[in-house]
Amino acid sequence: MTTRIGVVTFPGTLDDRDSLRAVRLAGAEPVSLWHRDKDLHQVDAVVLAGGFSYGDYLRAGAISRFSPVMETIIEQAKAGMPVLGICNGFQVLTEAHLLPGAMLRNNHLHFICREQRLRVENAETAWTGDYEQGQEIAVPLKNMDGRYVADERTLDELEAEGRVAFRYLARGEAADGYGNPNGSLRDIAGITNEAGNVVGLMPHPEHAVEPLIGTGRTDGLPFFTSVLKKLVSA
Amino acid sequence: MARVVVDVMLKPEILDPQGQAVQRALPRLGFEGIADVRQGKRFELEVEGPVDQAALDRIHKMAETFLANTVIEDFTVKVEA
Repeated sequence: MTTRIGVVTFPGTLDDRDSLRAVRLAGAEPVSLWHRDKDLHQVDAVVLAGGFSYGDYLRAGAISRFSPVMETIIEQAKAGMPVLGICNGFQVLTEAHLLPGAMLRNNHLHFICREQRLRVENAETAWTGDYEQGQEIAVPLKNMDGRYVADERTLDELEAEGRVAFRYLARGEAADGYGNPNGSLRDIAGITNEAGNVVGLMPHPEHAVEPLIGTGRTDGLPFFTSVLKKLVSA
Repeated sequence: MARVVVDVMLKPEILDPQGQAVQRALPRLGFEGIADVRQGKRFELEVEGPVDQAALDRIHKMAETFLANTVIEDFTVKVEA
């Protein structure tokens, strides 16, 4: 049986197509999920794609988090189903309290769109198994509300439990994709829940899965092959 | 109809770059003497029926679950006369 990976479309989602494509390139069967449909159509994992769901009204992700499809996703995520939130999807996951902390306006107040270098800090989550621990990757980054914040205690907990999954690479030139792009505390680009099945990050692995487009690298593809392997071996 | 106002503010320890940008723009516009600006949100709720304790409890719950994200924001609920 093929592995089915769902990608949710909310009103205002932008990157659902690229996410579906990344799923297909990784060798899984992409399944479109609609925000008003509670039914997950027998998918084995879910990607919450980037964009501006509900126009980022109130707070980014705040309204999407209460959509019918999220009810089922929250329930399934708690039961262990792999869920990846990219950019706006990450914001939805924090609003849903599946991941701790919150996302705020970039500290420089500008929309940012560039290639971003990251370090994979935890290669044991459902979505990072195909990376080496400490591997450095480059994927596109594009956001307005990308500044990750949490209280000191939560940050210490995340660090102690190895739940900082990705960190922005601070050294080097911004033009080369280095540096903390938005003021995220402790250079955090992405985190995981305790079980490692729910992962969220601001940068966009789904835009870096083919050599012809995006960064010209395929550094994002292992997200999708990782979860596929994880599901097949489960 | 009675009006209930929910004010939502970023917690004091959370950096507010929008407020800072406003504060920095003030002297340029000739408005001196403002040491700090924090920007928040105000929700004006027109309530159907009486604003009794039960209604206020519901609004409190609404603010806590939806209008504010209590990870980063504090809120107050006020009944307007």
